[in-house]
Amino acid sequence: MQNYFQPEIECASLEDIKKLQSEKLVRQVKNVYDNVKYYRNLMDEKGVTPDDIKSIDDLYKLPFLSKADLRDAYPYGLLGTDLKNCVRIHSTSGTTGKRVVAFYTQNDINLWEDCCARAIVAAGGSDEDICQVAYGYGLFTGGFGLNGGSQKVGCLTLPMSSGNTERQIEFMRDLHSTILCCTPSYAAYIGETLKEMGLTPDDLDLKAGIFGAEPWTEEMRHDIEKALGIKAYDIFGLTESTGPGVAFECCEQTGMHVNEDHFIPEIINPDTGEVLPLGEKGELVFTNIDKEGFPLLRYRTRDICVLSREKCSCGRTLIKMAKPMGRSDDMLIIRGVNVFPSQIETVLLKEGYSPNYLIEVDRKNNVDTLDVFVELNPEQFTDTVKGVAAKEKELALAITQMLGIRPSVHLVAPKSITRSEGKAVRVIDKRKLHD
Amino acid sequence: MSVKQISVFIENKTGKLAEVTRFIAENNINMKALSVADTHDFGILRIICENHDSAVKVLKDGGFVVAETEVLAVEIPDTPGALAEILEVLVKADIAVEYTYAFLSVKNIGHAYMIFRVDNNANAKTALVDEGFNVVNHETLF
Repeated sequence: MQNYFQPEIECASLEDIKKLQSEKLVRQVKNVYDNVKYYRNLMDEKGVTPDDIKSIDDLYKLPFLSKADLRDAYPYGLLGTDLKNCVRIHSTSGTTGKRVVAFYTQNDINLWEDCCARAIVAAGGSDEDICQVAYGYGLFTGGFGLNGGSQKVGCLTLPMSSGNTERQIEFMRDLHSTILCCTPSYAAYIGETLKEMGLTPDDLDLKAGIFGAEPWTEEMRHDIEKALGIKAYDIFGLTESTGPGVAFECCEQTGMHVNEDHFIPEIINPDTGEVLPLGEKGELVFTNIDKEGFPLLRYRTRDICVLSREKCSCGRTLIKMAKPMGRSDDMLIIRGVNVFPSQIETVLLKEGYSPNYLIEVDRKNNVDTLDVFVELNPEQFTDTVKGVAAKEKELALAITQMLGIRPSVHLVAPKSITRSEGKAVRVIDKRKLHD
Repeated sequence: MSVKQISVFIENKTGKLAEVTRFIAENNINMKALSVADTHDFGILRIICENHDSAVKVLKDGGFVVAETEVLAVEIPDTPGALAEILEVLVKADIAVEYTYAFLSVKNIGHAYMIFRVDNNANAKTALVDEGFNVVNHETLF
């Protein structure tokens, strides 16, 4: 069995990695300054020129990009090359107003697939394997990313997409799938379905799973491993950087190796923007040093995280990031979909409800639940149960259209949701995903 | 010729019904008929009060979500099959019943009424009167 997909990078010395990163950064900053007017303006405002960036030690001088910048520059403002050089887009889950569209050249896709291939090999994959990709295919990066990685490794690839769970299990049995790629909550659901069908992990040939796109706990890992008879590996990514494969877990299962030859990670103080020393907790920032289509520099992910360079028993020298420990903004990840409370608020106001609401997120049987409590608009009240139920359904549908996931809507009495004098508490997340 | 009903939205939580009825009592409103519909999340308290307009005002001022609905009150004979007969009349006239509940008159001792919420009050009333049923107005009840 092969241990690494690209050992020359995955096991390179720190010195070599830094040298490579420096060369690529200098080149990328010049390229961005010349081609991306939006970022050039940010650099000019900060008084930084490409000549100021001589190595990765100068990275801190560059301005940050935030989700707000992505919105301002939507759709083409941060494009790094001619559109004719781009061959694909991906986008974050249909979140109106906050949508991110990322552009990929053929080279970008090639490097992204390398990253996913590294993750699959780290999970024990080789050309002997049969890899079932049950991430969604489409604008979402999961399906296409792992599909490409799987083919690069030489696995027989089953592009299942998500859903139709019994059929997933039939394919697993008939074609003897050995690796499963999907969101952790879907993996858990497949596990439950397997049990309901009267089957056990012994009826399958699965040995490993690569699960990402949403936060999950060690308990959930344990449950999935037991339910499917596999080792479950975490994978990290974001559409802004490329998709899954920005970082991946190895056999140690103690954090994810960042593909540093393509993405430089930093941890900053979210309030001051100051770069924090290795090992300190702060906001994760990525600089895409290879991306041509969407070359974001110092993009603030809003994920709270820790980096570590401790020696890893797998032999990889790539820096490791912990599972994100929370967010420095109010974004929630529910069933793999990015949700901002403000999106729900927008729908409520549009539908004639008061902006007093409460969002409750929980995880039941390893599946995220979203409950939205909204104060009833007195004018909409009728004397029948079905009248109120119809209003709830109507509102649930409007929210589904905004978020792409379906909430349970509960109408409550006016003024029954606690008013806050300070910052309103709008979200209760009961999932305990973080420490 | 119909009866005015007040519906009050109540959350399905312990103590909520007590809270509303206490409020009604403290404001000196006398409920003459009552029914509660409930779901997992919420309930609807339906009441008929003698002083309808003032009851509505008091409840609204008290911050309750209130709906007013015209319902039918039909006198029902004290014999087996009486309700079935009324419902059969409504079925024949193609009237859908949303809900129904009973009302015992204090003024007309010995007289019982059924309250019907239907999809067409006028047609329902005509059908019932044609079959000899007594459909009464709000004032008759008190």
